[in-house]
Amino acid sequence: MAHVATLILLMPLVGYLFVLANGKGLSERAIGVVATGVVALSFVLTVVAFFLLLGHSDREMTVHLFNWISVGSLHVNAALLVDPLSITMCLFVTGISALIHLYSIGYMKGEKDFRKFFLYLNLFVFSMLLLVLANNLLVTFVGWEGVGVCSYWLVSYYFDRDSAASAGKKAFLYNRVGDIGLLIAMFLLFHATHTLNYLGIFHAAGTLSPTVATLTVLALLLAATGKSAQIPLFNWLPDAMEGPTPVSALIHAATMVTAGVFLLVRMSPVLAMSPDGRATIAVIGGVTAFVAATIATSQKDIKKVLAFSTVSQIGYMVLAVGVGAYSAAIFLMIAHAFFKALLFLGSGSVIHSLNGEQDMRKMGGLAKYLPLTFPTFLIGWLTISGIPPFAGFFAKGDVLTNVFEHNKPLWVLGIVTAILTAYYMSRLFVLTFRGTERFREDTHGHDPHESPWVMTLPLVVLAVLSILGGLINLPWAHGRSLAEFLNPVLGYVPHVAAASTAAQWGLAAVDVAAAVFGLLAAFSIWRNITESSRYESSFLEHVWHWDDFYDATIGRPLTEVAVFSDEVIEPKVIDGAVTGIAVATRNSAEGLRKLQSGFARQYALAMVLGFAVIIVYLVARVH
Amino acid sequence: MHSSIYLTVLIVVPLLGALIAALVQKTPGLSYVVAVVTSCVELALALVVAVLYSPHVKGAGTWDFMSRHVLSAPLGLAYDVGLDGISLLMMVLTALVLVLALFGARDRRQEAAFVGWLLLLTSFTMASFLSHDVLEFFIFFELTLVPSYFLISGWGGAQRSRAALKFFIYTFTGSAFLFIGILYLGFLNQHQTQGALTFSYSALQGASMTHGTAVWLFLAFAVAFAVKSPIFPFHTWSPITYAEAPTAGSIELSALLAKLGSYGLLRFAVGLFPLALATLRPLILTLAVISILYGSLVACATPDLKRLVAYSSLAQMGFITLGIITGSKIAMVGAVLLMFNHGVITAGFFLIIGFLEKRRGSYQIKDMKGLQGPAPVFAAIFTVVMLASIGLPGLSGFVSEYLILIGTFGTHAWWGAAATLGVVAAAAYLLWAYQRVFQGKATGANAEIADANAKERWVLVPVVVLIVALGVFPHPVLDRISPSVNQLIHHVAPAGVKK
Amino acid sequence: MNVPAAWYLILAALLFGVGAFGLLTRRSVLIMFMCLELMLNAVNLTFVTFSRSLSDIAGQASVFFVMVVAAAEVTVGLGIVVAVFRQRASTSVDELSGLKG
Repeated sequence: MAHVATLILLMPLVGYLFVLANGKGLSERAIGVVATGVVALSFVLTVVAFFLLLGHSDREMTVHLFNWISVGSLHVNAALLVDPLSITMCLFVTGISALIHLYSIGYMKGEKDFRKFFLYLNLFVFSMLLLVLANNLLVTFVGWEGVGVCSYWLVSYYFDRDSAASAGKKAFLYNRVGDIGLLIAMFLLFHATHTLNYLGIFHAAGTLSPTVATLTVLALLLAATGKSAQIPLFNWLPDAMEGPTPVSALIHAATMVTAGVFLLVRMSPVLAMSPDGRATIAVIGGVTAFVAATIATSQKDIKKVLAFSTVSQIGYMVLAVGVGAYSAAIFLMIAHAFFKALLFLGSGSVIHSLNGEQDMRKMGGLAKYLPLTFPTFLIGWLTISGIPPFAGFFAKGDVLTNVFEHNKPLWVLGIVTAILTAYYMSRLFVLTFRGTERFREDTHGHDPHESPWVMTLPLVVLAVLSILGGLINLPWAHGRSLAEFLNPVLGYVPHVAAASTAAQWGLAAVDVAAAVFGLLAAFSIWRNITESSRYESSFLEHVWHWDDFYDATIGRPLTEVAVFSDEVIEPKVIDGAVTGIAVATRNSAEGLRKLQSGFARQYALAMVLGFAVIIVYLVARVH
Repeated sequence: MHSSIYLTVLIVVPLLGALIAALVQKTPGLSYVVAVVTSCVELALALVVAVLYSPHVKGAGTWDFMSRHVLSAPLGLAYDVGLDGISLLMMVLTALVLVLALFGARDRRQEAAFVGWLLLLTSFTMASFLSHDVLEFFIFFELTLVPSYFLISGWGGAQRSRAALKFFIYTFTGSAFLFIGILYLGFLNQHQTQGALTFSYSALQGASMTHGTAVWLFLAFAVAFAVKSPIFPFHTWSPITYAEAPTAGSIELSALLAKLGSYGLLRFAVGLFPLALATLRPLILTLAVISILYGSLVACATPDLKRLVAYSSLAQMGFITLGIITGSKIAMVGAVLLMFNHGVITAGFFLIIGFLEKRRGSYQIKDMKGLQGPAPVFAAIFTVVMLASIGLPGLSGFVSEYLILIGTFGTHAWWGAAATLGVVAAAAYLLWAYQRVFQGKATGANAEIADANAKERWVLVPVVVLIVALGVFPHPVLDRISPSVNQLIHHVAPAGVKK
Repeated sequence: MNVPAAWYLILAALLFGVGAFGLLTRRSVLIMFMCLELMLNAVNLTFVTFSRSLSDIAGQASVFFVMVVAAAEVTVGLGIVVAVFRQRASTSVDELSGLKG
C-alpha cells in the first residue's frame, strides 16, 4: 500500500521530469502520450489503493518518505496520509486530470509551446496530489503553493498577451493573500499543539482555547477564499479565463479551486471547536454563491459565465462546510468536478469549432453541427441546473437539505441561487446551441466542425459520470454511500434534528421547482434575443464593480505610496538626512575655515587670549 | 578537533592568488586564469572543510579548527581562528560567490587589477568570518571596504565615484562606533580579570557588565552592523551602490558583504550582550519589520532592476534580522540558513541582470519587454530564482523564511503577523517586474537578443541546483547549524530565549 | 643698596606688556620683530631675577638658551622678510595672508 501511494504521487512527477529531460526531441504525440499516460496510471493506482483501503482495518495509513525539516521542537516529515478523504480526492483528481490531458492533446495541437503546456499540467497534478495526500499542514502547503504557481504559469501561457500576463499575476497575488491565512493558521496551531501533523492536531484539537480555535478557523477561511475564489478574494478567477480552456477546466473548475474546501474539510476537527468560525464560513459561502450567480446572468463571454458559475458552486460547498455537512460538500465537489469539467471542455469544443470565438452573441444554432458536443453539453447543463436524476440534483439537494436543517435564511439564499443557476446556464445553452446562427463571420462562411475524438471522448465519459454520479451518495442508500465512507475522518458536528422523510421529499420538490422555473424563464426570454438591457445589467456585468473597488481602495493608494516612497521618501527624507549630515559637516567646516584667515596678527591675538585664559585658570586653581 | 591550518590556508590562498595575478599582469588573460584557478581551489577547500566539520568537539562545544596566536600582548592583537555551525555556511558562501563572480561577471578592462581586488576581498571576508577574536574580526571587517571601494570606483557605472564614496564613508562611520565599543569591552574585561588585554571571543563572552552598559555597547555594535546589512533606516547607500557597482561588485556586496552585518549582529552583538536584548528587542524587531514592508513597497516603484534587487535585499535582510533578534531558536536557525540562501539567490539575480545588461546595454526596466520570447532560458532561470526569493515551498528560500516566521510568531506574534505580509509583498514586486521585463510582446532590440549561451548556463547551474537541493533536502545543513545556535542560545538564555 | 626683586619683575612685566601690545597692533613686520625681541628680553630679565632670588643657576642657564633661540629666529625671520620684500615691496604683515584655510 505504501508503495502504491508513493507511486500515485510520483507518476506525474516522473512524467514531468521525462518530458523536461528530453528537450525538443519528442514529438507532440509522444509528449501527449507520456503526459496523459502517467496521470492515467496514477488513476489506476488510486483505484487499487481505494480497494486496498477498504480492506484495511484502520482505514488510515501513514507513508513516511523522508525527514524534511527538523529544528528544535519543529519536526516535519515528507509523509503521506492515506485515508478515505485523501483517496476520494485522489480518485477524481487523477481521473479528471487524465481526461483533460487527453483532451488537451487535441485542443493544443500545433501550439508553439505544446511541450511546456504538458510540463506544467503534469507538475500541477503532482502538486495537487501532494496537497491532498500530505499528512501534515506544511507538506499540504507545498502542494498548495505548487498548484498556485502552476496556475500562474498556465494562465499566463500566452505570455505575449498583456492581459494574460496580468491575469496570471493577479491569480498568484490573490492566492498569496489567502496563503497568509494558511501560514498564520499553521503558526497558531503549532504553538498551541506543538505539531503540524494532521493526526497530532486532531488528537490535540480538544485542548484548543476558543479564541485560538476561532482565529485558526478564520485564518483557514482566508486561505480557502483565496484558493477557492470566494468573497473577498474571488475576482481573480474570471480573469484566469485568459488561460487555454483545458486549464480552466482542470485548474479552475475541477481541482485547484476545490483545494480550499478540501482544507476546511480536512481540518474539520478544528472547525468543530469554533461555532463562530463555522457560522462565518457558512455566511461567506452562501453570500458568495448568490453574488456570483447574479454576476453570471449578465456575462457575454461563455467562459466567464462558467467561471462565475464555478465561484457560485464552490460557494455552495463552503456553505455546506459551514453548517457541518462535510460529506455533502465533498459530494458536490465530486459532482461539480464532473459537470463543470464537462461544461468547460464542451465550451472549449465550441470555441475550437468557431476558430476561437468566445462571445455568445456570435454563436447560436450550433446544435446540428456538433453532434457529440451538443448532447454531452446538454447533459452537463441539466446536471448543473439540478434536474433529476442527474448528479447535480442529488449533490446540490444534499447540500441544501443540510443547510435547511441548520440555517433557514441561508437555505432561502441557496434556493434563490439555484433558480439563478438554472437561469444563467439555460441562457448560455440557448444562446450557444439554439436560436439563429450568428457565427458565419468567424467561420468564414463554412460550417463549424466537430472536434476530434481525443476531445470528444472525455466529453462522453464526463457526461456518463454526470448522469450516474448521484449514485455515490443517494440519500436512501445507507451503508454504501460516500457519507459513510468519509465519516471516520470528519470532525464532530453538533447534532441537529434531521429532516423527516416527508420534509426531504418536500425540499426535493422545491429544488426541482426552482430549477424548472429558472430554466423556463431563460428559455422564454432568450429564445429570440442576444442582448437585453432589461435582463442584463452593467453593474452585474462588471462584477458588482468589485475590481474597481479594490483598485480604488488598495491598488491605487498602494501604488501612490510606493511611488511616493521611491521618489520622495527615499531620496529626500531618509537619504536627505544622510546627505544632510554630510552637508552640515561641510558647512561647519566652511565656518571653521574662517579661523584660518592667514593674518599673523590674528593668530597672535588668539595666542595671547589663550595664554590669558590659562593664566587665569592656574591662578584660580591655586586659590 | 581538526587543525586550524585549513582555515589559515583558506585565508591565504586568495592572497597568493592576488599576488601572482599582479606579477603576471603583463601577459594578457593570464591573471584571469590565475584567479579562476585560485577560486576553484578555494571552493574545493571550503567544501572539504565543510564536510570535515564536526559539531561535537570536546571542550569547545561546536567550535572546530581552532587556534590562537597572540601577536602583540600589550595591544591585545591576536590571530585567532575557529569555525562553528554559524560561520560554516558563510565560509562556503564566500568561496562560492568568488567563483560565480569570476565566471559570470568577468571584466576585461585592467583585468589584473580587477581580479586582484576580487581575490583580496575574498581573503579579507573569509578572515572576518573565520576569526574568533573580536578585534581581528574588526580589522578584516574594515579591510573589506578597501577592495570594495576600488572595485566600484574603478569599474562601475556612470555615478561610480559618488556611490563608492558614499558607501565607504557611511560604512566607515558606522564602524567607528563598533571600534569604540570593542575597545571599551576589551578594557572592561581586562579590568575585571586583572589579566592581559585580550579580545578573544570566548574571553569577552565572560565579561559581566551592568544592564546600562550592555545596552550602550549593543547599540554601538549594532549601528555598524545595521549600516552594513543594511537595516532601515540605514539603507540608503545600498540602492545607488548596488546599481553603480560592476556586476561582480554587486554580487560580492549583496550576496556576501551584507552578511557580514547579520553575522556580526548575531555573533557579536547578540552573543556578547544578551542583557541588552530584552530592552532593545521591540525597537530592532520594529525596524526589521519596517525593512521588510518598506523595502518591498519601494521595490514596486523603482525603475531599474538593480535597485529592485537592492530593495529586495533590504526586505530579506529584514527577515534575517527578525530571526536573529526575536529570541526563538527555530527563528535563529532560519536566519542563519537565510543568510546563505539569500546569498545564492541574489547572486543569481545579479548574474542574470548582468547578462541582460550586456545585451541591452541597460538595466532599466523600461528598456526591456517580452524577453521570454527570444530568451526562454533566461526567463526560466529568472523564474526559479524569483520564486525562491518569493518563498515558494520546495525551493530554498521557503525553508529559511518559514522557520523565521514560525519562530517569530511564537515569541512576538504581532511582529510575526506583520512580517508574514511580506510574503505577499515580495510576490507583488517580483511578479510585477517579471511581467514588465519578460512577458508581453518583444519588439525591436528586445526581440533580437540572444538567449543564454553555454558558459552563462553553466554559471547559473550551481545557483539553480542549490536553490532546489536546499529546498527539498535542508536536513544536512540544518543539522550542522542547530548545535551552534544551541550553544549561542545557551549563553544568551538569561535574556529569555525560547526553544 | 638692595633693589627689591619685585621692581625687576615689574619692569620685566612692563617690558613684556609693551612688547605684546606692539606685536598685536603694529603692521610693519620689522617693528613686530623688535617687539618680539622686547618680549624675549623681558622674559630673560625675569629668569635672571628669579635665579638670583632663588639662588638657582638654572634660570641663568635658560637665558643663554633664550638668547640663542632669539638669534636664530631673527636670522631666519629677517631672511624671510627680505625675500618677501623683494617680491612685494611692502612690509605690511596683513598682506601676507596667503596661507589661509
